[in-house]
Amino acid sequence: MAKITYIEHTGKEHVIEAPNGQTVMEAAVKHAVPGIDADCGGACACATCHVYVDPEWLAKTGEAGSMEQSMLDFANDVEDNSRLSCQIKVSDALDGLVVRLPKSQH
Amino acid sequence: MGEIKRVIIIGAGQAGGETAQRLRQAGFTGDITLIGEEPCPPYQRPPLSKAYLAGKVDMDRLLLRPANVYSEERIALLTSVKAVWIDRAGKKVRIEGGRELPYDALVLATGARPRKLPLVGADLEGVHLFRTAADIDAIRPRFVAGAKLIVIGAGYIGLEVAAVARQTGLDVTVIETAVRPLARVTSPEVAGFFLDEHTRQGVRFLLGGQPAVIKGKERVTGVGLADGGELPADIVVAGIGVTPETTLAQHCGLTIENGIVTDAQCRTSDPNIFAIGDCAARPMAHFDQRVCRLESVHNAVEGAKIVAGVLTGQSAHNVEAPWFWSDQYDLKLQIAGLFQGYDHVVFRGVMADRSFAAFYYKGEKLIAVDAVNRPGEYLGAKMLIQSGRTLPPDVITDETRPMKELVASAR
Ligand SMILES: Cc1cc2nc3c(=O)[nH]c(=O)nc-3n(C[C@H](O)[C@H](O)[C@H](O)COP(=O)(O)OP(=O)(O)OC[C@H]3O[C@@H](n4cnc5c(N)ncnc54)[C@H](O)[C@@H]3O)c2cc1C
Repeated sequence: MAKITYIEHTGKEHVIEAPNGQTVMEAAVKHAVPGIDADCGGACACATCHVYVDPEWLAKTGEAGSMEQSMLDFANDVEDNSRLSCQIKVSDALDGLVVRLPKSQH
Repeated sequence: MGEIKRVIIIGAGQAGGETAQRLRQAGFTGDITLIGEEPCPPYQRPPLSKAYLAGKVDMDRLLLRPANVYSEERIALLTSVKAVWIDRAGKKVRIEGGRELPYDALVLATGARPRKLPLVGADLEGVHLFRTAADIDAIRPRFVAGAKLIVIGAGYIGLEVAAVARQTGLDVTVIETAVRPLARVTSPEVAGFFLDEHTRQGVRFLLGGQPAVIKGKERVTGVGLADGGELPADIVVAGIGVTPETTLAQHCGLTIENGIVTDAQCRTSDPNIFAIGDCAARPMAHFDQRVCRLESVHNAVEGAKIVAGVLTGQSAHNVEAPWFWSDQYDLKLQIAGLFQGYDHVVFRGVMADRSFAAFYYKGEKLIAVDAVNRPGEYLGAKMLIQSGRTLPPDVITDETRPMKELVASAR
């Protein structure tokens, strides 16, 4: 279980308790956090679950895999801390994670 | 349309579920009734032939939203309830049992039905369709190492089932009446790649095969072929395509032509009735406004976005180029655009590396991409198709230049 804070582009915060094994994307979608579309349901096929991982958490979330990185190349407003949230698995180690959402996913 | 206070959605699949959710997200405060004949809340079908069949995810993870969210958002979700009649003049939907529900706007999201094998023996135990979670739950107990599986139909679903089956240790034969797999959905080159891959993984193919009868007393024991041969089977899966579910629309006289025909706003021939997802066909912005019926998550979600926008009076949704994916073994196939009508295809990367992209052209125009383990090529080509740009074939295949740079240079 991890408490995750999603911060919308407008600054609005959503704090969610996510069970281990879910992805950061799934937890957001199940709680209808606006700003994460995740149209493909987590198949790494649509690149609409882009988030910015709070720099303090980067070591714990790990780095994007090569497939993910190639997708991110084409996302809008990509930064060094960009990730696809469908590729980040929730675990106890991520308790307290903070991610920010981009202005738009398309 | 007058003021819209009551929206009824028939079909609680991906399209219907997304519509309800997106209506609320768009600020719709009226009544939403979501009628679905399946016993569970809306769920995603793609994992059925992938992780769910493999036993890697459970039903909870397939749900679009947790079951409790519907009441929290005042969405009346009726499960195990079939809509049986639409009274267009009275603007009412009748459900099984006779109750009538009034609507101001009606959304048909009834999806598609898998085709049953037109063969004697198709009703035997052990012969399965592949569409609903219940279908897969029925397959799973005997879907074990050593069992003999025959898949009839080598489309994406059939091949995905074959891949999971091999990974689970089943003995797999695929029977396909066409001379190659994926005949309707990709080029001979890409089809050949998947044929080779499955063959290497131990799948037997009977191409140009003609199943004639399903054999067995109560349970299936094999498939008899037109040429007199017979293949033994413990499980038979039919993956021979779907037909759009248009019964209700037909009975109430809506225009139907390979799906319920709509305009770009997903409006049917009755202005108070919309149709989206697998059951509907609409003009495609990126394809010369050709009227197409697509069977994909993208199309279901896009229909939901369009209808939610129209019903809440928001500005037009920016339509995407169609996209699709398929997972087989460690291969991720990602598709954008519609390849039908292409006149030539070029490749970036080589198939032997199990990482390549096929770009389809009609004249000078890039119209589609099939990318295998090449997400950058997929997304790059998708952006080009969506924005009506193209790249010359000799440029797009130049592997010395990154895809991102090429896309930025395109006009
Ligand atoms: C095994 C499988 C794998 C797939 N893989 C992929 C993939 O990898 N990528 C991709 O993009 N797409 C994939 N698809 C396709 C995608 O899942 C469909 O295009 C999508 O589900 C269509 O959504 P829909 O809501 O239009 O139809 P459906 O999901 O079929 O939902 C329609 C619902 O309406 C119900 N219904 C029908 N009539 C009535 C009635 N009269 N009253 C009440 N309820 C009714 C049906 O029972 C059904 O539950 C796959 C499909 C399957 C079956």
